[in-house]
Amino acid sequence: MRKINFLIAFLLISIPCYSQSEENQLCFDCHSDNTLTTERNGKTIPLFVNEKTFNNSIHSKIKCLDCHDDINPDEIPHPENLKKVNCSKCHETAVTHYERSLHGEAYRKGKYLAPSCETCHGKHDILSSKNSKSRTYVMNIPALCGKCHKEGTQVSKLSTVYERQALDDYSESIHGEGLFKRGLIVTAVCTSCHTSHDILPHENPLSSINKKNIATTCTQCHRQIEQVHTKVISGRLWEKEPHKIPICIDCHQPHKIRRVFYAESFPDEMCMKCHGQKDLTKVVNGKTLPLYVDYDQFKKSVHTDNSCFKCHTNVSFSNNPVCLNSGKVDCSICHQTQNEDYQISIHGVEHAKGNVNAPYCTSCHDTHNMQSKNSIPSPTFSRNVPELCAKCHRTGKNIAVSIDESNKGIITEYTESIHGKGLLQSGLLVTATCVDCHSSHRELPKSDQRSTVYKANIATTCAQCHLGVYEEFKKSIHSPEVSNTDKKLPVCNDCHFSHEINRTDQSDFRQQILNQCGKCHEEVTKTYFETFHGKVSKLGEQGAAKCSDCHGSHMILPTTNIESKLSRANIVETCKSCHPNSNRKFVGYLTHATHHNREKYPYLFYTFWFMTILLASTFLFFGTHTLLWLPRALREKRLKKKVNQENKAEPNGEQSTE
Amino acid sequence: MENNPLNKPNKLYYERFDAYSRFLHLLVIISFLSLAITGMIIKFSDSSVFKTLSDLMGGYEVTGSIHRFAAIITFLYFFLHISYLINKRKKRKTSFKEMLKGESSLIPNKRDWEEFKATLKWFLGKGPRPVYGRWTYWEKFDYFAVFWGVAIIGASGLILWFPEFFTNLGIPGEIINIATIIHSDEALLAVGFIFTIHFFNTHFRPDKFPMDTVIFTGKVELEELKEDRAREYELLQTDDKYKERVTDIAPSPALERAARIFGFTALTIGLLIIILIIYSMIFVYQ
Repeated sequence: MRKINFLIAFLLISIPCYSQSEENQLCFDCHSDNTLTTERNGKTIPLFVNEKTFNNSIHSKIKCLDCHDDINPDEIPHPENLKKVNCSKCHETAVTHYERSLHGEAYRKGKYLAPSCETCHGKHDILSSKNSKSRTYVMNIPALCGKCHKEGTQVSKLSTVYERQALDDYSESIHGEGLFKRGLIVTAVCTSCHTSHDILPHENPLSSINKKNIATTCTQCHRQIEQVHTKVISGRLWEKEPHKIPICIDCHQPHKIRRVFYAESFPDEMCMKCHGQKDLTKVVNGKTLPLYVDYDQFKKSVHTDNSCFKCHTNVSFSNNPVCLNSGKVDCSICHQTQNEDYQISIHGVEHAKGNVNAPYCTSCHDTHNMQSKNSIPSPTFSRNVPELCAKCHRTGKNIAVSIDESNKGIITEYTESIHGKGLLQSGLLVTATCVDCHSSHRELPKSDQRSTVYKANIATTCAQCHLGVYEEFKKSIHSPEVSNTDKKLPVCNDCHFSHEINRTDQSDFRQQILNQCGKCHEEVTKTYFETFHGKVSKLGEQGAAKCSDCHGSHMILPTTNIESKLSRANIVETCKSCHPNSNRKFVGYLTHATHHNREKYPYLFYTFWFMTILLASTFLFFGTHTLLWLPRALREKRLKKKVNQENKAEPNGEQSTE
Repeated sequence: MENNPLNKPNKLYYERFDAYSRFLHLLVIISFLSLAITGMIIKFSDSSVFKTLSDLMGGYEVTGSIHRFAAIITFLYFFLHISYLINKRKKRKTSFKEMLKGESSLIPNKRDWEEFKATLKWFLGKGPRPVYGRWTYWEKFDYFAVFWGVAIIGASGLILWFPEFFTNLGIPGEIINIATIIHSDEALLAVGFIFTIHFFNTHFRPDKFPMDTVIFTGKVELEELKEDRAREYELLQTDDKYKERVTDIAPSPALERAARIFGFTALTIGLLIIILIIYSMIFVYQ
């Protein structure tokens, strides 16, 4: 019974096996002949299939006809133009990916260099990628891809110089080294990053090497990489604003050797061997540049944990010395956001134009002696910022010569301003410095719409600190959100001058505000100055009501608005702030009255003219009286003198009377 | 008649103003100059000259206080003068009629009109110099100008000083604006009149130039009085009340000197204010 069971089991297993191998045998009857060929488009094509190889292949268990499904084994010879084998019958995903990939697309277009499935996997000799003999085995991938993607091949002529060296670069990279030298099969090979079938150009958003996806791609292996990088990049950014952080390849250039970051390859000592010499110089364009680096100082800098090569990335063993023509340091490798801002800024634009006066990263941050902005002696420490900017923006300094007249002396003005005094005299570090308004890297002229000091952006810029004021201002009649007008609306710096900004309770400010409001409200300012408040203000009286004392400063509302300080409901209270006994009649005082306007102020007009006529007639009358009197009196005096003299000459003469 | 100074040969003087009146005029000068300077500073606040003057005096707060203090003095001399008139009438037991119509009354009358006409004729060379009495018509005008001025400027000034009080009584707020115009222009009239017309009529006219110190010393030489105010001279020959005021005691040299120094200072300040006003009106004021 047991035997029978075994027999049945054996039969059940062996029947299909037998039948399959038998079916295949039918094919091999012809195709194991290595002289079997056919002619297609005038080319002789071998039809030999190595039975042994096939039987070793991963497909040995499937029938020939499973793949070559349009062949009728009874029809010999087979008809011409048989279909190509369609792998998608079993490998649907792989083929779908392939078809949308660079390779598939090129293949469809009939590019003869384009690979199809068999180019990488072979035909009848397909081995599992886990088989170390397979062409797609991890160790063999670089070679497989390199067949096309290495220097000198026809494919390489289609690509950029940089891409041509991909394989060479890879073999020298940490990944390549791991794979080739250490036989580390978990190391990344071409397909680890580019995927095996879904190979897409990096511009394609679906691509595994697209900017957006690269982090995911790399973190397949480098799981803990975030923690490692929080030293360089604020941890918060990784979670909340991933688009703001540099992507892996911004620092770790693909294919290229990245192990230069590691001290063991290029230790700082190697650099300091030469650069520690004080007399080391080079000559560029006839200028002698010092190449000495004070290493002790560098070690005190904020970059102390970085090795030389972290910044000087273009160093290569293929050069002698390794740093030959390594070029300028690209800070954007780590400080990408700042660099993007800088490129937009007037500094960056001018620098790109070749303006020698335009600052580069190092102009403000120094080179090897770079300090954190939190370090007190650092030039970028908030208290030192004005002095830093003044290096160029002080009257007489490089930039100051090319900026317009109105901006000269901004440094002095700032120093004397409330911000400047707060910062420099009181040491109040939260006080606004140059960069708080102009931004630290994206300085743009005020005419530029993107600028933080562009008219429409000023309020928001100031709101960074003065939020409360901003919220009030937004509701006022001066806010563009409230007033829909073509007229120019004032923003913060129209009243609070940008650099010479003053305390509002200081005399200058209160005097100036009249000029400020008067710029737009010319008529009411003129009439204000005809009234008592205006007249004594002109004399420098601080107590007298200024525009803002009655109208409010930031939350100015039309008098028709019930909320206004000057609305019927509030005006008595408003006047009370200076006139404690203010009353309903008292507030009827015309604060902007003029006696020149007959329609609006008839009483004042007629009073004024009555008084003027009274004055004119009085002076006319008595003026004439005096002018007639004077010559008569003079003549009489002369006459009297004459008579007196005559009397002296004749002392006995009659005394002169009129 | 031995004591009658008229019979003595040396220089004789006639006391035109008693000490009380002289003192009041001193108050008038001091307060008026103060009010003029501090007031014009506000009226012409556009002018840098007045702005500088304000700064020199210690700013608006100080000039404002001076102005109000001087205003109090003004009200004071006004009432002192009224009480002087009342007391004088009681003492001399003169009737109201005499007080208003007498030779020494300041009330303008028909003779002033005649004198005015005669004066114009004299100016034009068509007649002799009229014979003036104790008060000429322009002096009477000056006198009542002060009455008018103190009343108008004083009342409007009080409104400006206590606007809350007056509006509380029910006066509309616009009255404050009107009071400002009246106060300011009436003051300009007063200042302009005193520092030009009064200065000329009293001090700068050729027969008194450069100044008449009688208002400080109170005494005028009898000879001069005879020439200038023949009618008053006539009066003192006959009327004992006037005769009493004749003396041979000359004003003390110290008083004379003080009078000149003070007088010239006041005149100079007045003229400077006029120059500043004219300058400001031409170059600054609209």
